[in-house]
Amino acid sequence: MDVFSDPLNRDVYITGFLWILKLTVAGGAGALVLGVLLAAMRVSPVPVLRGFGTAWVNIFRNTPLTLIIFFCYFGLFSTLGLSLADDIDLNNFWLGVIGVAVYTAAFVCEAIRSGINTVPPGQAEAARAIGMTFLQTLTIVILPQAGRAVIAPLGSILIALCKNTTIVGTIGLMESSSAMKQLINENGDNVIPIFLVFAGTFAIVLIPTGYAFGWLANRLAVKR
Amino acid sequence: MSTDAVLYDHPGPKAKARNLVLTIVFGIALLGLLYWVYSRFDAKGQWDSVLWKPFTESSTWTDYILPGLLNTLKAAAVAMVLSLAFGIIFAVGRLSDHWWVRWPAGAVVEFFRAVPLLLMMFFIFFGVPFLTEQPMSIFWAVVIGLTLYNGSVLAEAFRAGVHSVPRGQSEAAYAIGMRKSQVMSEILIPQAARAMLPVIVSQLVVLVKDTALGYIISYSELIQLGVNNLSANYGNVLQAAIVAAIIYIIVNSILTSFAGWLSRRTRRKGRAPRSPGAATQQVTAEPGLGGGVA
Repeated sequence: MDVFSDPLNRDVYITGFLWILKLTVAGGAGALVLGVLLAAMRVSPVPVLRGFGTAWVNIFRNTPLTLIIFFCYFGLFSTLGLSLADDIDLNNFWLGVIGVAVYTAAFVCEAIRSGINTVPPGQAEAARAIGMTFLQTLTIVILPQAGRAVIAPLGSILIALCKNTTIVGTIGLMESSSAMKQLINENGDNVIPIFLVFAGTFAIVLIPTGYAFGWLANRLAVKR
Repeated sequence: MSTDAVLYDHPGPKAKARNLVLTIVFGIALLGLLYWVYSRFDAKGQWDSVLWKPFTESSTWTDYILPGLLNTLKAAAVAMVLSLAFGIIFAVGRLSDHWWVRWPAGAVVEFFRAVPLLLMMFFIFFGVPFLTEQPMSIFWAVVIGLTLYNGSVLAEAFRAGVHSVPRGQSEAAYAIGMRKSQVMSEILIPQAARAMLPVIVSQLVVLVKDTALGYIISYSELIQLGVNNLSANYGNVLQAAIVAAIIYIIVNSILTSFAGWLSRRTRRKGRAPRSPGAATQQVTAEPGLGGGVA
């Protein structure tokens, strides 16, 4: 534990996890919004929207996140000239957020779509019978019920997203896994404590989060 | 709701017109975006034939892309076999009657599921050599990392699978005098494995994608050889990355449709344990993301 009594090393640890936290919050919000939109597209009456949603899911769900982050950096930033911030770290952070959100949105979309499938058809039929439009049916009747059914999968997606944000380290952000690598290389005699602190932080935060989502899912489940 | 069409009425003239307008507006926006990307690529000379030509030469494929793909698949295959073994052992461990087996097994599974795979690989590749004072084989660093993570995910999937086998099965087995280990190995695991087969195959997709993390510790897989090394020679990073992405998408789409076929097949036979749908649905979300992982 001597390693972490050095304030310099403690800083590396704290900045690493702060990046993870920021990436998780921003990426999670982005993925949720995008994912719901994509799910709505995939069940919409307009074929082009359905095709777009399907293509998105098939492309991004099957490409490694490492490669997507790679594209964000070399494609969006270097080639398309999309500069999101003047500060290099902040720019990489936003590129990472885009990559993580675009990737995770595919999983959110599929989770919500499977949630829509758990809603009995009678609900949508009743909504149509009283003259609701597609958007009304979806937003007032279907999605609220589907949302409660997919809390557990969305929770696991959020946890996976949090772990995935470590990959943003590939484009030079000093997030926790890069931070751990640096500390290990500087303190070869303290490898195990360093690993336990970094891995333990993830475990202590994420394991209870998983159980919390399970509890919440049970509480909010639609009783049928 | 099995068909999505239940969400909206059959379009009448007004709805048809509205859908057409939406189609056109969205189509134009999409084409505009694509055109913007195209023109930016054009301005940066990314469509130059020099950059794309390497992919028409056989040496590009035999020297870079195929060996990379082979290494990716090799790591994924070895890790899959090991994760299956890991998953079965720890699933049985978590189902044990003895608390001194159940608790450690549960702790191991929960721990490795919660730790990011990249962190794990960094520890194995950069940290373990400090402890053993021997260089770590990069292939095994990737495989061990993949095994610990995916094995833990599979352990949870197997546990859910065993729980989905009707209780009558194990009760009947005990009634004819089988021992606990026999009940587990001859009655529960085979049935659970069948119900879990689609989940296992989708986990394979996750595994294939996760091998890309090996790139970060410079294991010579598809991204390392096919994107990094190739573009070092031809200066075509984006083009190589696009080709690599297409290869990943093809491989994973094949595996995904295989998983879908398997799950339809198990369901049709109707002999699978009670409501395989319910059991799989709960579990698929999880490994899917794992994939998440990478």
